[in-house]
Amino acid sequence: MAEVLVYVDHVDGAVRKPTLELLTLARRIGEPVAVALGAGAESTASVLAEHGAVRVLAADASEFADYLVVPKVDALQAAYEAVSPAAVLFPSSAEGKEIAARLAVRIGSGIITDAVDLEAGAEGPVVTQSVFAAAFTTKSRVSRGTPVITVKPNSAAVEAAAAAGVVEALSVSFSERAAGTKVVSRTPRESTGRPELTEAAIVVSGGRGVGGAENFPVVEALADSLGAAVGASRAAVDAGWYPHTNQVGQTGKTVSPQLYVAAGISGAIQHRAGMQTSKTIVAVNKDAEAPIFDLVDYGVVGDLFEVVPQLTEEVKTRKG
Amino acid sequence: MSLRIVVCVKYVPDATGDRHFAEDLTVDRDDVDGLLSELDEYAVEQALQIADEADDAEITVLTVGPEDARDALRKALSMGADKAVHVEDDDLHGTDALGTSLVLAKAVEKTGYDLVVCGMASTDGTMGVLPAMLAERLGVPQVSLLSEVSVEGGTVKGRRDGDSATELLEAALPAVVSVTDQSGEARYPSFKGIMAAKKKPVTSWDLEDLEIESDEVGLEGAWTVVDGATERPARTAGTIVKDEGEGGKQLAAFLAERKFI
Ligand SMILES: Cc1cc2nc3c(=O)[nH]c(=O)nc-3n(C[C@H](O)[C@H](O)[C@H](O)COP(=O)(O)OP(=O)(O)OC[C@H]3O[C@@H](n4cnc5c(N)ncnc54)[C@H](O)[C@@H]3O)c2cc1C
Ligand SMILES: Nc1ncnc2c1ncn2[C@@H]1O[C@H](COP(=O)(O)O)[C@@H](O)[C@H]1O
Repeated sequence: MAEVLVYVDHVDGAVRKPTLELLTLARRIGEPVAVALGAGAESTASVLAEHGAVRVLAADASEFADYLVVPKVDALQAAYEAVSPAAVLFPSSAEGKEIAARLAVRIGSGIITDAVDLEAGAEGPVVTQSVFAAAFTTKSRVSRGTPVITVKPNSAAVEAAAAAGVVEALSVSFSERAAGTKVVSRTPRESTGRPELTEAAIVVSGGRGVGGAENFPVVEALADSLGAAVGASRAAVDAGWYPHTNQVGQTGKTVSPQLYVAAGISGAIQHRAGMQTSKTIVAVNKDAEAPIFDLVDYGVVGDLFEVVPQLTEEVKTRKG
Repeated sequence: MSLRIVVCVKYVPDATGDRHFAEDLTVDRDDVDGLLSELDEYAVEQALQIADEADDAEITVLTVGPEDARDALRKALSMGADKAVHVEDDDLHGTDALGTSLVLAKAVEKTGYDLVVCGMASTDGTMGVLPAMLAERLGVPQVSLLSEVSVEGGTVKGRRDGDSATELLEAALPAVVSVTDQSGEARYPSFKGIMAAKKKPVTSWDLEDLEIESDEVGLEGAWTVVDGATERPARTAGTIVKDEGEGGKQLAAFLAERKFI
């Protein structure tokens, strides 16, 4: 059976959920071979094996942390040459897309980004994408070279499937350009203790209607009662009320949770682009004409400062 | 020596218009008004600020696109760029990211450059891959997704606010950078700027000028094929209630019914 390369997104050996989703999708088109780079690469193997990786190609070198993107492209190229895969899959993170883009140029292959689904097809993997702010769904495939595909988080359910997951050292010779862009410093973001926005089953977002940074705890309290991640519209982010990493929309994160709660958000096309594919959508907005109500399964026309705290209390009571 | 800056800008269908596909499954660019991608305005803005700081700089705006794409160039020129290059050729219709990066790379090289500035992504394709591809093709460093950027004595520095960390990056020129919509509001063209733009030079190149064969680009040359596009079914109308004092409880009941609590 053909092998499929899967790029592993991990932090010091802790594999992030989108990578496990990639393994599920990869099994539909071949046998997953994972590529793990940087500190902790080898310790990703056990989790990857539980989710179907037949082999784990691991490499660690200071270059991966000290320089931007290119050292990882060199490693992926080495893995590509060693494996001759049927496809190469990446998570649709900023880094995943950039490595994928450069790899595609190097190996002379077509690239499809932001897949939301993937199936085997007679002429190679058939990729589903959601385009024009999720107004259309397209089916595409790569027609030249080895398909390079980046996949959005939450595109598949994580499924356990035991496989060997044999660790093999990947030998990488870095290109001349590997040291082109120096990472002078890296300040990790502090964890909020809440679920990761793109991975969360429930997202509660606040917009301009929240009225100020000092009111965001109203949104956070609801999120915490539901075990949800907190999102924000660009208006709220631009006003400095909430960090940009929490922005949902075209230039923020795309989320596709089971439940999306929009509080004080009008539902502009660029915001919809990032949440329209959520399974269930509810909104609280005092303007009955707000476009967000076109999307909702349940909407409350009212003041969020009345409705949201009442909802939070009720959730707590019901959960006991 | 003058700092030569090339800004890559894309002409895109208006996102608030009714965007759809043409019969050949390429993006329909005829029936929806187009404009300079808002995300590329940030690139023009940062280029202008970098040029202001430099002793001597010249900004060329570059687009690959149909005849109307000239509007995007005019907008960038009226914001303050010095000259423009328009790559236009009937054979470019349907070109995908790999093809576009090839054309941009050839055009950037022909223009001559020390710094290429791109937006973070186009607002129609939203791939966000071109800056990386361009850097790969040009063989120069990529300093991408910056929310802050500056150039000092042959070095470009920037801040990248990533998902898990904030990184300070540095590379020697020549280089390709891309800037995000966190880099600072773009200026509005002034009346003077709009008038001045009318006199600024716009050079047109076709594939032959760039020594690109027509089968390397366009729908024929594309590395990917779109087999189908379907409109997402409208969401079925939901329940909307007016809060009469019980709105939060009603919403909770709905969430309980759907098993979220
Ligand atoms: C290139 C580009 C990219 C963009 N990318 C993004 C993006 O990634 N994400 C994004 O979100 N936007 C994005 N935008 C901006 C987008 O167009 C909107 O401006 C933005 O989404 C508006 O945010 P909002 O809904 O919070 O604010 P508004 O549109 O001002 O809506 C606020 C809403 O709150 C309601 N409200 C006010 N007070 C209360 C109250 N007390 N109780 C209940 N409701 C109340 C109002 O009725 C109103 O509907 C982008 C724009 C461009 C041009
Ligand atoms: N046709 C084009 N002409 C000029 N620049 C482009 C074109 N397409 C993309 N770009 C540049 O590449 C960036 C990323 O585009 P994309 O990878 O298509 O999302 C844009 O913000 C532009 O700066």
